Amino acid sequence: MATVSIRDVFKRFGSTEVLHGVSVEIEDGEFVILVGPSGCGKSTLLRMIAGLENISGGEIAIGPRVVNNVAPKERDIAMVFQNYALYPHMSVRDNMAFALAIANAPKALIDEKVARAAQILGLTPYLNRYPRQLSGGQRQRVAMGRAIVRDPQVFLFDEPLSNLDAKLRVAMRAEIKELHQRLQTTTVYVTHDQIEAMTMADKIVVMNSGNVEQIGAPLELYDHPNNLFVAGFIGSPSMNFVKGKISGNAFLSDNGTRLPLGHGQGGSDGQATIYGIRPEHFLLDPAGVPAKVNVLEPTGSETQVMAEFAGGNIVAAFRERITARPGETIHITPNAALAHIFDAATGKRLIA
Amino acid sequence: MTEATSATEATFAKSTDAPEHLSWDSGLRRTITVYIPLALFVIGLLFPFYWMTITSFKPDHEMYDYKQFNPFWVNSPTLNNIKVLLFETRYPQWLITTMSVAAASTFLSVFSSVLAAYAIERLRFTGAKHVGLAIYLAYMVPPSILFIPLATLIFQFGLFDNPIALVLTYPTFLVPFCTWLLIGYFKSIPYELEECALIDGASRLQILWRITLPLAVPGLISAGIFAFTLSWNEFIYALAFIQSTENKTVPVAILTELVTGDVYQWGALMAGSLLGSVPVAIIYSFFVEYYVSSMTGAVKE
Repeated sequence: MATVSIRDVFKRFGSTEVLHGVSVEIEDGEFVILVGPSGCGKSTLLRMIAGLENISGGEIAIGPRVVNNVAPKERDIAMVFQNYALYPHMSVRDNMAFALAIANAPKALIDEKVARAAQILGLTPYLNRYPRQLSGGQRQRVAMGRAIVRDPQVFLFDEPLSNLDAKLRVAMRAEIKELHQRLQTTTVYVTHDQIEAMTMADKIVVMNSGNVEQIGAPLELYDHPNNLFVAGFIGSPSMNFVKGKISGNAFLSDNGTRLPLGHGQGGSDGQATIYGIRPEHFLLDPAGVPAKVNVLEPTGSETQVMAEFAGGNIVAAFRERITARPGETIHITPNAALAHIFDAATGKRLIA
Repeated sequence: MTEATSATEATFAKSTDAPEHLSWDSGLRRTITVYIPLALFVIGLLFPFYWMTITSFKPDHEMYDYKQFNPFWVNSPTLNNIKVLLFETRYPQWLITTMSVAAASTFLSVFSSVLAAYAIERLRFTGAKHVGLAIYLAYMVPPSILFIPLATLIFQFGLFDNPIALVLTYPTFLVPFCTWLLIGYFKSIPYELEECALIDGASRLQILWRITLPLAVPGLISAGIFAFTLSWNEFIYALAFIQSTENKTVPVAILTELVTGDVYQWGALMAGSLLGSVPVAIIYSFFVEYYVSSMTGAVKE
């Protein structure tokens, strides 16, 4: 096990720069998820940790050793690929044993390690099958087994669940998390799915177009997003934004609706800002702002309301049963203490 | 050919399962659009072989007398032509020479092509694309021009009239061909597999040997078949670089040794061609499935 330090790393393909100075510190045994929309550079960063891409600037260290010029096989890492990359011509056993066989490990040791990994992952009955004879979830497990067998310092996962159906994805999510708790190996995991990131990570790195937007624990990102991008990316359904400006001790939206501000929200009087409020932070309040209901989506545990509110469309989620019909108006008010104020020009969150 | 027929049949069977608006797809229509054209095609392709075969077994007097004997049938089959070929000429030796030359140049070409194709497609060294193009251009030079400079080389190396001259010159057209075929095949193998093996600690040669080649077997087989067939049938280099009767290859020997003056020994000629094409046909029939899959399919994970 080891720490991973990414210090001011740049990546250029020819004249195109895709990473603009990324720094991330990963603690020993931590489960870190790189998340961001496609094309944000998260997979490139992972491949740079793996040694599959050159590092154009800055340095990456695994443990105390800077690995910029170390070949992938010398880095003591294991990687799980999006398409699993199982060797089609080898049985499950040989797939899992491949790395050790290449390293000329004694046969007894290989057998023991493969048996242990197969047992951890419930693959023992499938050891003699070929990848094409396995289901998606089983292939995924073999790919992880191949990583476990090697006892690496760092596990790297590149969108490992994106080829699975929704139900299996949830199951494998729990399995990977449990595996990490059991093995306590430092893990770097790339996904574009913020739910995966929220549920699995010890620490999330939110990336956008080659920059790190924010690094933090899942709930920290949820409760205190640094900027508009993180606020909009983390959370589902995503945060609602209302454009307007600060007016005294309240927020005045562009269409003249006054929204309350709580403590701790910054911004000077008259500054153009964006008011951010999560769907679940609306309250039904007869004295609140009128909102015209467009669509109602009851899920049983809560009801999501798509409505016109303060000159824009918002989504609000209520624990209460909503009896209003589409076209009718309900009165709601945002929970001021949980609202966020962002600078309209820079997108940064404003704190008093 | 049977493969193609059954594939077509399968598609048609499927379409007959489809809703009733396809019911005009009757047996008659299928006969006209599929079976008749296929039959014509098959007859056109197989007739030369048929002609070759019956001529091999015809006695001489039957061969020239179309009035008394049906030219498309053998009335009194004889093994005399084959006897002449095998025991009165050096045919067995020609066959052995051709076989060894084809096998050696095939091995040499496939071996170098694997290394070249892998380097060009996977190592992506600086200028890899240009090297690939240069190899392709080399293939464009017709052998009928290339044999002149090659002949000079062969003389300088003192290899004239030596089958080794053929083993060394055949790769000039085999290597470009096999390299391009294999580049295409290697391209179809997911790169992720190699990256994974790289992380697993394999060296480039280990990856080539343990991951890429086992997955490229169909490609290797079709490259091998192509190379073997081309060297087996090669004519111009074999004609130019070999002089003595005992070192000739089958295609050249049949033409130069079995035609005495302006007399064509048709029976022996045809028997020689028939026996000469049998090995290639056997090889094809064994590997036809790999061959088809390498032309149409890719590696599936």
